[in-house]
Amino acid sequence: MDYILIIGAKSDIAKAIARKYAENGYNLYLAARKSSELQNFANDISIRNDKKVKCIELDILDYESHQSIYNSLIEKPIGAISVVGYLGEQEKAQNDFEEAKMIIDTNYTGVVSLLNIIANDFEKHKKGFIVGISSVAGDRGRKSNFIYGSAKSAFTTYLSGLRNRLFSSNVHVMTVKPGFVATKMTEGLDLPKKLTAQTEDVAQDVFNSQQKAKNILYTKWFWRWIMQIIKNIPEFMFKKLSL
Amino acid sequence: MKLQSWGNYPIIKNESFSFNQEEALKKIICNHNEMIPYGNGRSYGDSALNKKIINVRPHNFFLNFDESKGLLHIQSGVLLSEILNIFVSRGWFLKVTPGTKFITIGGAIASDVHGKNHHIEGCFSECVEEFNLMLPDGKIVTCSKTENVELFRATCGGMGLTGVILDAKIILKKINSKHIDQTTIKTKNLKETFEAFEKYKDKQYSVAWIDCLAKGDTIGKCLLMVGDFDDDRDLSYGLKKKLNIPFNFPSFALNTLSVKAFNWLYYGKVRKLVSKQKVDIDTFFYPLDAIDNWNRIYGKNGFTQYQFILPKETSFKGLEEILKSISNSGKGSFLAVLKLYGKANENYLSFPMEGYSLALDFKIEKGLFELLDELDKIVLKNKGRIYLTKDVRISKATFEQGYPFINAFRNLREKYKMNKKFNSLQSKRVEI
Repeated sequence: MDYILIIGAKSDIAKAIARKYAENGYNLYLAARKSSELQNFANDISIRNDKKVKCIELDILDYESHQSIYNSLIEKPIGAISVVGYLGEQEKAQNDFEEAKMIIDTNYTGVVSLLNIIANDFEKHKKGFIVGISSVAGDRGRKSNFIYGSAKSAFTTYLSGLRNRLFSSNVHVMTVKPGFVATKMTEGLDLPKKLTAQTEDVAQDVFNSQQKAKNILYTKWFWRWIMQIIKNIPEFMFKKLSL
Repeated sequence: MKLQSWGNYPIIKNESFSFNQEEALKKIICNHNEMIPYGNGRSYGDSALNKKIINVRPHNFFLNFDESKGLLHIQSGVLLSEILNIFVSRGWFLKVTPGTKFITIGGAIASDVHGKNHHIEGCFSECVEEFNLMLPDGKIVTCSKTENVELFRATCGGMGLTGVILDAKIILKKINSKHIDQTTIKTKNLKETFEAFEKYKDKQYSVAWIDCLAKGDTIGKCLLMVGDFDDDRDLSYGLKKKLNIPFNFPSFALNTLSVKAFNWLYYGKVRKLVSKQKVDIDTFFYPLDAIDNWNRIYGKNGFTQYQFILPKETSFKGLEEILKSISNSGKGSFLAVLKLYGKANENYLSFPMEGYSLALDFKIEKGLFELLDELDKIVLKNKGRIYLTKDVRISKATFEQGYPFINAFRNLREKYKMNKKFNSLQSKRVEI
C-alpha cells in the first residue's frame, strides 16, 4: 500500500495532515528530529486507521544525511509533503545572524536539499507528488517578519520552478500558502479569530486540493484575495504601512 | 466557563485545565488543590464537578493493540465509541459496556461501570489488566490486581478521588457478528418479572424496562430483553444518522400523561408474551445514544437519575414498596430499568452487589428531593445503596450506610493526601 512521507512531522499542521492521509487509506513515514517523541502519535493513527505508520529520524539542517535517509526507505513514498517551518523571532534575527541563518536554512536550504533528492527519484520513475507548505508571508515582505517571509518566498519560487520542471515527468507539485493557523507556532500571537484556520481545516484543504492536483492553494481560501490586495498596494504607500 | 454533567443539574462555573504531556499534568496537580478529573461529562450528577476540573478527554491516543490477546492499551480520554468504531469491524467488542458508549475509559474505571451482563462478567474493572495513575505528588504508579492492589481497588469505582488515570490496558472480547439475537419477554407484574429474570439468568445479556406508573396488580410489569451475539459474520459497523434534540424542551412537556402514553405505547407495541428479534449493537446496548442530547427532553432545569440496588433477599419486597411510592407520587419517570446483578467485587466503592437494581429518571422539580429522601429510607431499610455516578443529592448518612468500605477508602485518601487534592462537589457533600 502507498506511503506518504511527511517532512517536519511534529508540527500541528503536519499532524493534522498525517491523520487526514491515514484516514484516506495511506501508510505514513513521519520524518522529524527526535522522532521517538512521535511514537505515541504514530501508534494512535496506526491503530485508528489500521495503517502502517513509521517514524523516521531526520534533521533538516543535516544536509549530508538526507540522501542516506531517503535511500533507507525500503518502500518509496508516492508523495512527499514538506511541513517544515521555523518562524523564529524577527527582531532577534536582525541582530543575531545565527537566528537569521536558522530561519533561512530551516525554511529554505534544508528543504531544498531534501526535496531535490525526492524530486530526482520521482522524476526518474515518472510518478509521485510533492506538496510544499510555504506561507502567505512569502508573498510580500513586511517589517514584522520579512526574514521568515523571504525564506518562504524563496521556497515558493523553488516550488514554482520544480512544478515547471516536473510537469513533463507526470510529477505534480503543489504550493500551499496558509494564512493564520491556530498552532503551537502561533500560540501567544494575537490572531484575528475570523481569519484564523484550525489545523483540521488546513489538512482537509491540502488533501482535497492535492487529490485534484491544484497548483497553488491558499488556505483558508480568502487569503488569495487578501494577498492580492496586499501585493497590489504601491510600494511608495506600502513602505509607510505598519503591517 | 460553565459546566454541567449529563443531568444538566447543577450548572457551575469552573476553571478547566488541559495537558499534553504527563509533565504538564504534574505541574497542574502540584500547583492546585480541590480538583476533579472530568472526562466526557456523562455521569449524571455532581461527581465530576468542582470549581477546578482536569479535562482528560483530549488525552486520547490509542497506544497499542495486541491482537493475540485482544489487549488494548489506550489513554484515558478515549471514548468507548471510538473503540467500537475501530474494533467492531475487526471482530472485537467491549467485555463490559454501560448503556452509553459516550464515556471515556477513565470514567469507565472511576465509576467501575457495569452493563447488561453484570450477572456473568461483573464490572468494568474485570476487563482492566492495569492502569497508570498519577498521585497527588505527581508520581505515576501502575495498578493492577497484583500490583498496588490497594490503589487498584480504590480507583476502580473511586469516582476520580484517588488521582488521575492516565492510560489503561483493557481486554476486548471476540465477536462474530454485530447482531444480537434478542428475546423479549412481556410480564404482567413484579412476580412474573422476577421469575423471568431467574429463568433467563444464564443468558449473557439481560435488562428490563419497567412501567413505573402501573398501579395495583400490574405493578412491576415489564419487557425483559435477553440475548447474546449472533454468529452471522456480519461485522459492518458504521456511522448512522442520528436524531438530535436541538433545544431544551419546555418543562411541562414531560408530565404524567405523556410518560403514561410513552410507556403504554412501548409496552403495547410488543404483542406476544415471548418474541424474538435480531438487532444490532447500537439498538441493543445504546438505544438512547441514537438521539443526540436526549437529556434536553427534561427541560432547562435538568433531571436526575435515581439508581439503587437491593440485595437479592430483600429485592422483591423493597422494589414493590418503592414502585408503589413512585406510582402514588405521580412523578413521571420516562425510563425505568431493572436489572439482575451478580456478586459484588472487592473494590471499595463499586456499586453492584448480588441483587436487583432499578434506575429511574426524574426531572428536577419541586417536591422531587422529598420523594427521593423517602425512597432512600426504603433502600437503606432493605440494606441497599445508591449509585454515586447518577447521584446529585444523597446525604452523608445515606451514603455511609450503603458503602461498608468507606472508612478504608477514607484512610487511603488520607494516607496519600488525596483528600486535599482531589474533590468533587459530591465528595464534599457526602464527605468521602
